[in-house]
Formats: sequence, structure tokens, C-alpha cells
Amino acid sequence: MTIHLALLLLAPIAFAAIGAVAPPRAAAPLALAGTLVALAFAVALVLDFDHAQRGLQYVTDDDWIPALGIHFKLGVDGLNLWLVGLTALLFAVTAVWTLVRPQPRPRLWAFHMALAETAVLGAFLAQDLALFVFFFDLMLVPFLFLLLGWGGPDRRPATLKMMIYTLVGSLLMLAAAVATATLTAQASGGSITFVLADLAKVHLSPGTQRVIFAGFALAFLIKMPALLVHGWMPDAYRQMPMPAIAVFSAVLSKVAAYGFLRIALPLFPDATLDFQLVLMLLSVGGIIYGSAMAFTQTNLRLILGYSSLAQLAFITLGIFSLRPEGVQGSILQAVNHGLVVLPFFFIVLLASERAGGSEDIRDLGGLAFRGPVIATLALIVAFATLAIPGSANFAGEFFILLGAFKAYVVLACVAFTGVALASVYVLRAYIRTFHNRAGPRVAGGDLTWPDRFVLVPLVAAILAFGFYPQPALRDSEQAVGGNASAVLTGVRSVP
Amino acid sequence: MNGFAAGTVKGPHIDFAAISPLIALGVGAVVVLLAGLMRSRLVRTGVVPGLTVLTLVTAIGLCVSQWDTNTAVIAGAMRIDDLTLALTVIFCAGAIAAVALAIGSAAAEDAGHGEFHALLLSSIMGMVVLAGATDLVALFIGFELLSIPLYVLCASELRRATSLESGLKYLIIGSVGSATLVYGLAFVYGATGATGYNAIASSLDASGFNHDVLLLTGVALVVTGLAFKASVAPFHQWTPDVYEGAPTPITAFMAVATKAAAFGVILRFFDVALISAFDTWAPILAVLAAITIVVGNVGALGQSSLKRLLAYSSVAQAGYLLAGVVVATKLGVAATVFYLAAYLLMNLAAFGVIVARERATDRGDDLSALNGLSTENPALAWAMTISMLALAGFPATVGFFGKIYLIDAAVDNGYAWLAVFIVLGSAMSLAYYLRVVAAIWAGSEDTRLQRTTPAGRPVMAGGAGELPAGGGAAAARGGGHPLALGVAVVCAAAIIFFGVYPQPLFDVAQDAGNALTSLLG
Repeated sequence: MTIHLALLLLAPIAFAAIGAVAPPRAAAPLALAGTLVALAFAVALVLDFDHAQRGLQYVTDDDWIPALGIHFKLGVDGLNLWLVGLTALLFAVTAVWTLVRPQPRPRLWAFHMALAETAVLGAFLAQDLALFVFFFDLMLVPFLFLLLGWGGPDRRPATLKMMIYTLVGSLLMLAAAVATATLTAQASGGSITFVLADLAKVHLSPGTQRVIFAGFALAFLIKMPALLVHGWMPDAYRQMPMPAIAVFSAVLSKVAAYGFLRIALPLFPDATLDFQLVLMLLSVGGIIYGSAMAFTQTNLRLILGYSSLAQLAFITLGIFSLRPEGVQGSILQAVNHGLVVLPFFFIVLLASERAGGSEDIRDLGGLAFRGPVIATLALIVAFATLAIPGSANFAGEFFILLGAFKAYVVLACVAFTGVALASVYVLRAYIRTFHNRAGPRVAGGDLTWPDRFVLVPLVAAILAFGFYPQPALRDSEQAVGGNASAVLTGVRSVP
Repeated sequence: MNGFAAGTVKGPHIDFAAISPLIALGVGAVVVLLAGLMRSRLVRTGVVPGLTVLTLVTAIGLCVSQWDTNTAVIAGAMRIDDLTLALTVIFCAGAIAAVALAIGSAAAEDAGHGEFHALLLSSIMGMVVLAGATDLVALFIGFELLSIPLYVLCASELRRATSLESGLKYLIIGSVGSATLVYGLAFVYGATGATGYNAIASSLDASGFNHDVLLLTGVALVVTGLAFKASVAPFHQWTPDVYEGAPTPITAFMAVATKAAAFGVILRFFDVALISAFDTWAPILAVLAAITIVVGNVGALGQSSLKRLLAYSSVAQAGYLLAGVVVATKLGVAATVFYLAAYLLMNLAAFGVIVARERATDRGDDLSALNGLSTENPALAWAMTISMLALAGFPATVGFFGKIYLIDAAVDNGYAWLAVFIVLGSAMSLAYYLRVVAAIWAGSEDTRLQRTTPAGRPVMAGGAGELPAGGGAAAARGGGHPLALGVAVVCAAAIIFFGVYPQPLFDVAQDAGNALTSLLG
């Protein structure tokens, strides 16, 4: 079956563009239709994907800017297949969310969400360095507007902080990308090209690699965010509208982790080895710091924010263990974290709606009496988040720690405490929200019917994935062992 | 004249086709000036701008029709090649926008429509001469022909003190720049014994550069003079004041066209005449570029006047553009030309919005004039937003590829550190570009503007009561100013179009880069 990835990419934005000129009432349904088309494409992709074949499939490759050797090249392999599926699913759920909880200025909202989906899908699918940078930076644009237009009262400083932090990274990455292509062309004597497969054939000198790798790493770490460069995160998490921050946390951070696997490791193997320990230390620090902060925060958004920081640190740890198990676990965990964090944000919204709009756990409590269904679903999400055995998150973290254990035993031991700490902060948040005495302003009933359309599919996906994570594992294994093995064999082959 | 020349005197060969854009502009200037003398108001306010635009479109058409010629004209004083032609198109496009923005403005009214537009056209003639100059004398003539009309145009809003101040400031500082330049040109002539670029280049090839104090001094003075015009730090101090005080259409014109002309002459002077001394001047220009990037971006951070903000932003952009000169490769020239074209679109979109807001509100060019624009006028809001994001180098805008191209050129010839400056400068610039975007999309409700009544008089037109009846009518007629909206929207659309499909611009830029045959690939 031929699946045109460009259509998958353009479906959301095309529908939103129609919605932008249609009456405001039609905007949200049209946006949903666009995300559903993308989701249908993604499902077809997952079903039709040849799991045995190595290398890229469904490749689209056109000249975009011949003058600079930039191609419009898209492709799917085991590395990004499930992340594309995750993106399509989460954006579709968010579109339902918007449908049941309409936003003011629906046409603009729908347009920005669709632009975000197109940009994220583009970043996942891009097989050309310049195209990747293009989509990676483009992801910021809709969130700039979502934060400015729909954010909380202190949105302006939060926007500025987030944009400057992330764009410093993005622009350094832009320079690094151009430098990669230019210097590779000089080293190989050929004409300039940005196609990843061509760039991976020539390795730059280790010193150059280190500088360029640093540019990419900084961009990815800021976007995650990772420890030390997370300064923008608390403000942005507090001020961004709930659906936007949910998508941001669930999907955009994964693009950064994916960037390491797709770009940094294959193109700069020597630098990867040089920086391995630094990044693993940073990850372990992030796990401890994120967990500790999540435990001390009272704002549910920030608890989730810091817990994401810790989870992303886990993913980075797995990647930089530079062991097949670790990388495989990271890919799995990236999908898992996306699947749990979005419903978690929705549950926070439901809880705050029943507590007079407060997102502070000191004002919450006792929701389980009023909403047993919400509490049950939330419990599943919470257990998945803390990686209880039987959940896919458990498998993910297990593989990551296995990889880390093989690389540096000491670091793995410290990282293990992160697993324990996760249960502490997740259960604290759950108990303070759903159990204990009811908060002073807690009112309202159980899950309403429209809300089920948001929550139930995601919880079902979590359960399904928990019971049967093998397909994703198999594909990531194939990716790690096969083509993108450039990831690891490239690194290993360095003496 | 032809017949006379053929009969008795052996006249020099004149390639009329090659210099036809220049002729069109000159003839247009005279015709417009004469038409402006008519008594009829319709002729003055309608036909004169129409003829000006016709002249500019003709010039653009002549440029396009001559694409890929590469000849020396006027006894080797100028070269008409793709670089000259591309820059001429940029000048003319900038001028068309300026004419559109000036319709109904107090500036054209006060200065006299004929004079205003004729001066604009003669300034462009100067720019064309400057961009094509391959001789020190032609360079200076072009420089003055560009500058003198602009001094007048800056002061053309006769009833507003800041406009006069701006004209005077520009005159004084511009004259210092011109004096420095001509002094430097004299030194260069003294050292090399030639005024033609090619002769200078061969003299340099023969004798070398490094120990000739006379030549070094001369080049330093030339750099200073040109840096004034291109607003390269530390010679940029006039820029914010003059940009702020000048009538906004003229500011827009200066920002895009003067900048392009200055970079045209810098490109040709350094990359043709002084190319063999590349090792000497390139590091110095690189340092200047870095300083300019920092100074411009830091200066813009605290501005609340949009015109001052764009002035400092234009200083920073001059730094980016200088990176394309520093590398002295065809790639560098192409990147510079590409960025100049991008810069034209980005700035005109912004200035179009500023003009529209000046007419619609009483806050002039203050940042607060944009508060709540997203609900009041979405088209303007989008145009301004796209322009700001493009200036900051966001993807899906032409500014993104402009930056990629410049960084590519810098890294390609060993100036990676300058590329890092470009990137860090862009990151810094976000702080002020995003303030503009934030004002548009999240401007607080309480500072939402009161719309002035349709017959209201904008402060910019000279304050209450002092305005003569004619000027008041003109200001009132421009209440909505659809032309400013049109300029902004067209430029914003072009920013997005070339941001997704930049190949046509790349082709033009590459042709322009290839025109300088003295350079390596």
C-alpha cells in the first residue's frame, strides 16, 4: 500500500485552513475531522508498516531548495512509527477536548492546534536536516500564540521567557545544522546536501563534532526541558491553556528526545561518546531534581511539569546509555509518557472544575466520593505514570535502567531511586486530590458523558499498551538493531 | 544628438539599452516634477503618484528585460550586471511601497507632491548609480545623488518640528559621512593612481597592500563613510533619531532602499576593487559586523517607539548583512542579496502597519498603538506578526532562509564564529520582536485604544488647529488607509510564500552572486 506521508502531514492544517474561513461554529468539528484523517493515516501506517524490513519506508523525496541541497524528504522507520501514531492520537483527543470544552475564538484556536500537529508530525517524519530544523522551530509558533492569546493573567512574561529559552536553543541548532551540511560538503568534496542519510556517511573531525553536537544537544535539552535549562518551564506550565500545555508536555518534549536518536547520534558518533557521561549525569540529576520538586509542589500543573522533567530525564538516560536496551526502552517510554500525561492534565482540569477553579492540591480532596468513575480512571493513569509492574511504563523504565546498568552501574543505582520517588509524588497528588477530606469548595458530580470521549479512549490505549506493548518494542528493536542502528553501531565502531 | 554626433564628432558609444532603467528614472523625475506644477488638485494628488509608480514599474520592467546582461557602461564608470539589476528592482519595489504609503500623508502635501515624488525618483537614480559604480568618481556621484534628496525628504513634513530636526540631523551627519568618504577616496586614488575598480585591483595585485599607510588610511576612511550610510556600528547613532523623526513612508524607504544601496556599493567596492587585499579587510569588517549585531540588538531592547525599534533592528540587520560581505565569495554576495530582498519584504510589512496605525489612532508609532489590534483589525495584526516573526528568523517565513543562507556563507569561508554572533543576535532580537507580537495579541484591555473619529486629525500631521484645510482633508481621507493595509498584506503574503517556496529568490540571488566574476565560487 502506498501511503503519502505528505498527505498525513498536511491533513490537519488543510482542514484548519478551511475552518478558518468557515463560520466559527464549524471550526472545532472541522479541526477534529482533520486530526481524524491524520489519525486514520497513522493507523494505516502502523498496520501496513513492514515490520521485518529495515530502513525507511513510504519515502517521499523531492527537491525543495536545490541551491542549498535541501530536500523535502519524509520517511518512517521503527524509530518514529509509534511516535507518529502517538502524535496523531493525542491531537485527535485534544480536538475532542476542544469540542466538549469550546475555546474562545475557535477558528484561531483550531488553526494553531492544527499548525502544531503539522509541525510535530513534520519534525518526526523529516529525513532532511534542514527540514527537521524547519519543523522543529515551526512547532514554537502556534504555542507562542496559544500562550499569548489564551493564557493566564501573567502570560506575557511567561511567553517571553519560554520563547527566548527555546529559540536560543533552536537558533543554535539552526547554525549547527548549516555548519554540519557545509562542513560535510567541504570534507567530502561533494555539493552541499542536508539529507540525513548522506550526511551520516561522512563524519566530521571529532573537535568539530563536539561543537556542533553541543548546539543540537542544547536545543533538545531546552525543549524537553532538562535540568539546568528548565527555567522557562514553571511559568509556561502555569500560564498556558490546559489543552495546549497537555499537548506540549505529551508530544513536543518527545520531539527533542527523538532528535537525539535521529540526528545527534548518527551524525556525531564521536561527540556522542565524549558527551555520554555528561548527559547521563545530567539525566540522573534531572530524575532526582524533578522527582523532589514534584513532591514539594502544590500546584497540580507544576507537579506534572516536574514529573515530566524527571520522565524526560529517564528517556535521555536510556538514550545515552548507548545500549540497545536503553534506546529501545526510551522509545517505548516516550510513547508511554505521552499516553499518560495528556489524560493526567485532563483529570487536573476535571478536578479543578469541581473545586472552584483551583489547581492547588490544598484546595482539593474527596473527589472520589463525588466522582467514582473519574477516580477509577485517574487511578489507572496514576499507576501507569508511576510505572507499576504490568504497565507499559514499567517495561519502558525497566529497559532504560537495564541499559543504564550496563553502561554505568552507579548511575543506574541512583536512577533507580527515581522509580521509587515517582510513586511517592504521584500517589501524593492522587491522594490529596481524590481522597482525604473534601476541600472547602469541592462540588459537582461524576464524569459527564462528553468528557468520557476524551478520557476513555486514552485510558483504553494505556491499558491496551500495558497488556500488549510487544509491537512497539519489536519495531523499536528493529530500528535499534537495524537501520537506525547507525545510532549504535556507528557509536560502537569508534575505537 | 545622435545625428550631430555621427556627423561631426566621434562620440563615445552609449549603450542605451543597458542604462535604460537609469534613463527611465531620470525622465520620470522630470515629468513628475512638471506634473506637480499643475493647478488641479486631482493631478497633484492622483496623477503625480500614479506617474511615479508608472516610472518605477517601467524601471523594474527594463531591469527584468535585461536580466543576464553584464556590460560596462559610461566609459567603465558603471557596470550593469545582475547584481545592479537585482538591487535596482529592490530599490524600485521599496519606492513603490513608499509612494503608496505616502498617499494622503502630510509629508507629500507639505513638500508639494511633484517635488516629493521627483526627489524620491532622483534618490533612486543615485542608488542605481551607486549599486553599479565601478569607479570612485561614479561612486561618489551616486552617493551624493542618493543622499541629498533624502535630506530634503526627511524634513518634508514641514509643520512638524521632529521632521525638520530629523532632516537637519541627517544632513549634518550625512555630510560628515560624505566628507569622510570623499577624503578616503582621494587617498585610495593617491595610493593606487587609479579611480577604476579594475585598475585599483590590478595595482593592488602588483604592489600589495599591507604596508601602504596611505592606502590603509584611505580604505579606513571609505569604510567609515559607507558605514554611516549603512548604519553599521559605531557609526549608527543617527539612525534611531532620523528614522523616528522622518515621515514614516520615507523611513520605510530609507530602511529598505538606502540599506540595499549601501550594501550594493560595499559589496562591489570590497569584492572587486580590494579583493586581493581580502585578508586585510575581512577580519576588520567581521569585527564591525559582530559589534553592529550586538549594538543594534541591545539598543532595540528598551524602545517603545516602533520606528526607533525598527531603526535599531535595521542596525542589527546591517550586521547580519555585513557577514555576507566579509566572506568575499559568490555565496556571500548571493546571501546578501537574498537577505536584502527578504529584508525589504519584512520591513515594508511592518512599516505598512505602522502607517495604518498612525492614521487610525492618536498614538503615532508608539508600541501601545498596537494594543488589541488582533480583534480590531486582524489583517493588520497578522501582517505585523508575520513581519516580526520573519525578522526574528522563524521558519515558514523568508527570514528563516535568509538566516540559513547567511550562516551557510559565513561557515563556508571559515567565519563560523560570526555565524554564532548572527544566531545569538537573533535570539536577543526575539525579546523586542515578541514584545510587539505580545502587544498585538495580548494587549491589555484597559489600554485598548479609542478610535479617533473619521474626521480626526492625527497628531503626526502637525497637532491641533495648525493644519491647513488641505492637509486636514488629506488626513481625514486617509482614515482607514487601504493602501497601507494593502502594502502590509501583500508583503506579509510574500514573506510566507517565499518562506515556503524560496527557490525563485534563490535563483535571483545566485545570478547576482555570479555577476561578480572577481570572486571564487
